[in-house]
Amino acid sequence: MAIPLIYNLESVRARWRTTVVAVLGIAGTVGVFVAMLALATGFEATLVASGDPGNAIVRRKGASSELDSAVTLNQLRALEDSSEVARDGEGPLISPEVVVITSLPLRKTGSDASVQVRGVEQRALQVHRGVRVVEGRFLQAGLYEMVAGRNAAGAYTGVGLGDEVKLGGTRWRVVGVMDAGGSAFDSELWCDADLLNSTYERPAGVHQSVVLRLAASEKLSALQARMDGDPRLQCQVERETEYYAKSSRMMTGFILSLGSIVAAVMGLGAVFAALNTMYAAVAERTREIATLRALGFGGGSVVVSFVLESLFVSLVGGLLGCLAVLPLNGLTTATLNFQTFSHLSFAFQVTPLLLGLGLGFALLMGLTGGLPPAIRAARLPVAVALRDL
Amino acid sequence: MKFWPLLFANLGRRKLRTALTAGSFAVAIFLFCLLLAIRAGFQQGVEAAGADRLLVINKFSFIQPLPVAHRDRILQVPGVEEATFASWFGGIYQDPKNMFPQFAIDHRTYRDVFSEFLVPEAEWQAFAADKMGAIAGEGIARRFGWKVGDRIPIKDSPYGSYFEFNLRGIYTGARPHDDLTQFWFRWDYLDEKGPVEMKGRVGWYTARVKPGAAMAVVARDIDARFANSAFETRTQSEQAWMASWLEQMGNIELLMLVIGSVVLFTLLLVTGNTMAMSVRERTSELAVLKTIGFGDGAVLVLVLAEGALIAAVGGGAGILLAKLFTLGGDPTGGFFPAFRLPGSAVVAGAGIALAVGLLAGLIPALTAMRLHVVQALRRL
Repeated sequence: MAIPLIYNLESVRARWRTTVVAVLGIAGTVGVFVAMLALATGFEATLVASGDPGNAIVRRKGASSELDSAVTLNQLRALEDSSEVARDGEGPLISPEVVVITSLPLRKTGSDASVQVRGVEQRALQVHRGVRVVEGRFLQAGLYEMVAGRNAAGAYTGVGLGDEVKLGGTRWRVVGVMDAGGSAFDSELWCDADLLNSTYERPAGVHQSVVLRLAASEKLSALQARMDGDPRLQCQVERETEYYAKSSRMMTGFILSLGSIVAAVMGLGAVFAALNTMYAAVAERTREIATLRALGFGGGSVVVSFVLESLFVSLVGGLLGCLAVLPLNGLTTATLNFQTFSHLSFAFQVTPLLLGLGLGFALLMGLTGGLPPAIRAARLPVAVALRDL
Repeated sequence: MKFWPLLFANLGRRKLRTALTAGSFAVAIFLFCLLLAIRAGFQQGVEAAGADRLLVINKFSFIQPLPVAHRDRILQVPGVEEATFASWFGGIYQDPKNMFPQFAIDHRTYRDVFSEFLVPEAEWQAFAADKMGAIAGEGIARRFGWKVGDRIPIKDSPYGSYFEFNLRGIYTGARPHDDLTQFWFRWDYLDEKGPVEMKGRVGWYTARVKPGAAMAVVARDIDARFANSAFETRTQSEQAWMASWLEQMGNIELLMLVIGSVVLFTLLLVTGNTMAMSVRERTSELAVLKTIGFGDGAVLVLVLAEGALIAAVGGGAGILLAKLFTLGGDPTGGFFPAFRLPGSAVVAGAGIALAVGLLAGLIPALTAMRLHVVQALRRL
């Protein structure tokens, strides 16, 4: 026979002080847990969004990022002739790109941060379908012009529309602002590839990477096979989404490993708090429990009742924790991506999955904290406990 | 103190609650120490940076090289005592996941500038005598099980697809926060084996400034020397350079610390509350003590000592756990060059534990002290 739930609700209310402390402990733990996950999810999503599943990126074999990669002109020409590359009326959809890093002052602090500058050709927008110019216009070939990513324009001083940016001894005019849908390109500055190469006194015709549209999504392996068979094409090719997912791995791994350690320690603390609260509840209610048993409620009902009470407390804590971190959703923050050595803006993503995980974590804590006291409650010898009266 | 048995009897009455309270303390202090260790990990670069060192990089970008001939001209700048150079190698050892810094260094001058890295003289001589020689930090050598004399293959660097080095020495740090994960080999070997367009190029210079010379002035003079040349420079103190990277990490570090502080506060609140609760429950017993002749002060001390004892045991366990955890090495797999428990964390952790233990006991202890015996006994 089940003990009515109203009994639990009333007893929670009667001991509101210890309950509040337990709820807060669990809320804090769940909040941190979800916030950490939201941070890692947002970071990863920003980078993954930069890739297009229909695109492939070609880099030097073994290059860890675009920065230390090089693709020669011969390799580029051979790629342009590959049948796996999609074409439109103007030729192959291929975007050879030069990548350098410069430092620009952050608006917020005034200190310098590393900004990724990408040299592109006119075709870049046809290949990177997620990028559109939202203000001004796209840069023209052969001119010292720049298009700033939305987040870059907001984060750094002097890269707004119409501003002049000093880069490698030359002045570049910002002629447009682009929106790349919250991806890594939003934190970049784009300019003419050849001019960027010559400004940085790099060998002409060498690019850091080549992004190309695949004629069909499944042509990637065919392209890979062609490259393996062609001694001129000693490069590695990856799906663009995969490349960007990989370049978020170090940072997300870092956030998740530290975050899970902190959450685990906190969870342990919260379980201790829950245990203490529930044991105190059992101790205070020795007579009540004995009375219930004397009335005919079985040991099983007592266990269920106490576990339910603990789960209820943890659920409230979990909901509170989730509610507390909900405003983080969409909040833009920035950090350094160690894999590309550049500053990257991204937004927290509090997804339903993460909230679900948070609630699950809360219930787990409630169960761990509630079960042992519940068992003790059920095992109380009725006669002895009643004698306490 | 003759009251020890009484103290232990009080603590032993609800063994489980005492254990849980001490456990909460241990968890809170462990977390506190862990956060300080994480913070120290973030700060490591800035802390380890030499106060008398300037970093000279290409003005356009740190990824752009500088000519090796700059060294002589840097040495001519008044106030510069010694200058050395290095290049970033960026190769892969066995698996791309095994990331650690690999520098091609100038074997003649590097240790004169970076005097905090200690290499036994014989090992350094062996390194200087072998063009393919290399020196690894103690941490990275332990991580991969390297011994002096090992041959270490590194592949897929921008300088070439395959390089081999002979490990000639292992360096240690003079200070606990020195980065022991670096791998050094000889720049002249890289220059010989690397591609033509990278010949005679180095990544950056590090200059040690004479004692008493003004860093800012020397930095300006170095940049002035190369102004309007094909390779203009940007010179800043090593500390400023490290701090600028840390600042870019910015939000992440702040976030972790804010979160941690909130957690710590909650945990301590919970613990303090439990302790206060257990004293409140025993109000009548304290009245009995007073009845049989214990003074106000004695009751106060007794209650406070109980809190302090739990805090000391729990806090001590937390610090010990944190120490063991940090000894286990970097939990993030290579993100922090040096992961350690700073001495200040131990002191602060112990202080916080005792303070909360005493404070949690204080309010009920004061109530107990002021207790009117007759009234309290009536509650029995």
